[in-house]
Amino acid sequence: MNPEVSVKEPHTGTLCYHCGQPCEEKLWLDEKVFCCYGCQTVYEILNANNLCRYYQLDLHPGLSQRKQTDENFLYLDEKPIRKKLLSFDSDHFARITFSIPAIHCVSCIWLLENLQKIDAGVLRSETNFTQKSVTIDFNPTHTKLSHIAATLHSLGYAPLITLDGTKSNKKTDNKALLLKLALAGFCFGNVMLFSFPEYLGIARADAFLTRVFSWLNLLLSIPVFVYSSSDYLKSAWKSFTQRQINIDVPIAAGLVALFFRSAYDILSHTGPGYFDSFTGLVFFLLTGRWFQNITYESLAFDRDFKSYFPLAVQKKGNDRWESVIVHQLLPGDQIRLRNMEIVPTDSKLISAPTFIDYSFVTGESRPVNANPGDLIYAGGRLIGQPAEMVVEKSVSQSHLTSLWNNPAFGKTNESQYKKMIDRAARRFTWIVLFLAFATAVYWQITAPTQMWLVLTSVLMVACPCALALSAPFTFGNTMRVLGKHKLYLKNADVVERLAAINSVVLDKTGTLTHGEKPKIEFIGKLTDEERAAIHALTGASSHPLSMMITSSTFSDSPKVISNFKEIPGQGVEGVIDGQTYRVGSAEFVGASSLPSAGGSSVFISINKEVIGYFLISTSIRKNIKRMIHALGNKMDALLSGDKETQSDELRKLFPQSTLFFFNQSPHDKLEYIFNLQLNGKTVLMVGDGLNDSGALKQSDVGLAVTDRAGTFSPACDGILEGSQLGQLDKFIALSKSSIVILKTAFVISFLYNALALTFAVSGHLTPLVAAVLMPLSSISVVGFSTLAVTFTAKRKLS
Amino acid sequence: MIIVAVLILISLIIAFIFLFLFFWNIRTGQYEDTYTPSVRMLFDDEIKKDTQDTNTN
Repeated sequence: MNPEVSVKEPHTGTLCYHCGQPCEEKLWLDEKVFCCYGCQTVYEILNANNLCRYYQLDLHPGLSQRKQTDENFLYLDEKPIRKKLLSFDSDHFARITFSIPAIHCVSCIWLLENLQKIDAGVLRSETNFTQKSVTIDFNPTHTKLSHIAATLHSLGYAPLITLDGTKSNKKTDNKALLLKLALAGFCFGNVMLFSFPEYLGIARADAFLTRVFSWLNLLLSIPVFVYSSSDYLKSAWKSFTQRQINIDVPIAAGLVALFFRSAYDILSHTGPGYFDSFTGLVFFLLTGRWFQNITYESLAFDRDFKSYFPLAVQKKGNDRWESVIVHQLLPGDQIRLRNMEIVPTDSKLISAPTFIDYSFVTGESRPVNANPGDLIYAGGRLIGQPAEMVVEKSVSQSHLTSLWNNPAFGKTNESQYKKMIDRAARRFTWIVLFLAFATAVYWQITAPTQMWLVLTSVLMVACPCALALSAPFTFGNTMRVLGKHKLYLKNADVVERLAAINSVVLDKTGTLTHGEKPKIEFIGKLTDEERAAIHALTGASSHPLSMMITSSTFSDSPKVISNFKEIPGQGVEGVIDGQTYRVGSAEFVGASSLPSAGGSSVFISINKEVIGYFLISTSIRKNIKRMIHALGNKMDALLSGDKETQSDELRKLFPQSTLFFFNQSPHDKLEYIFNLQLNGKTVLMVGDGLNDSGALKQSDVGLAVTDRAGTFSPACDGILEGSQLGQLDKFIALSKSSIVILKTAFVISFLYNALALTFAVSGHLTPLVAAVLMPLSSISVVGFSTLAVTFTAKRKLS
Repeated sequence: MIIVAVLILISLIIAFIFLFLFFWNIRTGQYEDTYTPSVRMLFDDEIKKDTQDTNTN
């Protein structure tokens, strides 16, 4: 390759020399054209370090720098974070592996492996193209981790930094399994070879060779017993020490019996042993397990998928605030949070002092004072007036998920099926052990030579692992399907509880009605100043009615609120320009006369003087009528914190048996759910997660409905996107079918075991066939439940 | 017949050598990335040239 020629070739027309995108405004440097300053800067860095061969290995190898923002990697230098990321750390040598999704061509590999020319502290860097990662050795006294990350970022190879190391663990597990499998296969092949004379009956002619062969067999089987089958033996031993019995016990018993019996045969010169069966058994068991792992990985439901939470936050755009999904947040973005909203990621407070409630993270419910410049940790909930923050770290999905699954928000009743399966599996194991013993006695009397093989087959084939796997796969897959239809469940147990629902309670505002095109009218008189003040005050609250008023009273003069207070179910209060504003229910602001027209009314008072009210009539979501009819008698009640309005229109939607309650405080809602449960009902509560979070937690299944801007309430069991509320009955129906599918899977797996056991006990099944059948049965049961759920979902949720 | 036993032992030893080579391959992760080393091999020449060019630095 001639560098002189190829330098000029890529330089054509108005394509950026660095990234190859068409240039709108041309920037010239060294007779090369660039589309933006970002691309030009990367070129300058490379040019200064004599790394321009980057451009010769591939045409326009760079990535467009136009959308890059400045990221701050300083947090990487903090000790606990360093410790998590580095695979090796000492005073003069450290090693880190960065995942870099942007790696895409030969030039990338070349540049990333020449990092030491840009940063002198880097000792060596090695790219892994298939895994899109770079392993960097560096000298911590000469460079900093944050500097390396920033260098990578400035070159357009922003590292993807995740702080949970679960992935690498799984990989080493798989590697160990492969090694065990290789050893077992190797020994199995050789043992078979040495058993050949025995198979053909040649061996009897030469006693010396027979002995050599059987000793070799014994030697080859020892590593298989000690290393390859160690997983089964360890697991069984562990269950023994805990005075329990698990599904690995029969397998381990079979292996131990076969191995020691064969060893005894050879040592005492009484027979050739069954080492061919033994090594083959381990080999097939491990092959089955390996194949199982592959199947499960491809069927597995990824809890990390990006669309998991429909959680949105307000981010400062060019000239206004816009609502974005939390995953799109980058360090350096400025976000604004309203009262009761959760801080999605570690951020720095830049607005006035406020209070943060860390009860979701620490369990301590007293709010903590936060001053400008303080770091607010993810999971804190803002209490008080709106606060502006600068994002320090990108959002970690796993952190939010773990927050949601915090035991503090768990429901006490454990999964019924899990308990049932555990009990059944244990009982089943005892039955198998007993059966194996009885079979051994019978065969010892009738045909002693066959006894050990029959015993082993019985122990192998009876493993009830299909039973243990069917529940997680059925529920997990149901959860995934529901997630596709925008009902995001907290964990698989919720599916089971959702199926048992026999009573549904709905919240009204923000749940049944939606705020997309509300009719808002102000009855009274407002000056522009007052309008702006109300805009600011309601903008601080995340209640659906507040949000509607905020969007209707647009104003460009920002107001500063002090002494902000929000009383759930009543209203908001704050001091603006020295005037005390109250926005909320009639009692809250002290209004006496009730308006007669339909719709929700929100009253305004300034310095305790009522100046008027907003009349808001919201429309009811689509498909609600069909959903309510499908629910039928299950539809128990409608709870609302509002005055009794709109009820005629609403009443028509619901069956006669549905009860209506108005003026409900958050506590009233909780109490109502509690009373239903006392009467033996299993209650599904659907609310907006704000002033009914207590009721959501009390109910058996609590779903929070969100429109675009979601407020994340860890107390709920699921988040339902508003547009999908009309499908609620179908979601419940799907959960019910998943229970039926699970029961069918149970029956199939029991039939499998029973059938195979009959064959094994009667001596028609060799241990090798048993070892192949076992993983096959598990895979077929798992495959059945996965396919059945997908098929049912397609039919029901079309 | 002793010669048969000796031959078998030798063949087993050779087989074990390959088994351990396989273990070594897996443990050092040689099957994990089969692409980068092939490309990196081609870089070497160029980097040497590069250092000659830039010796003045």
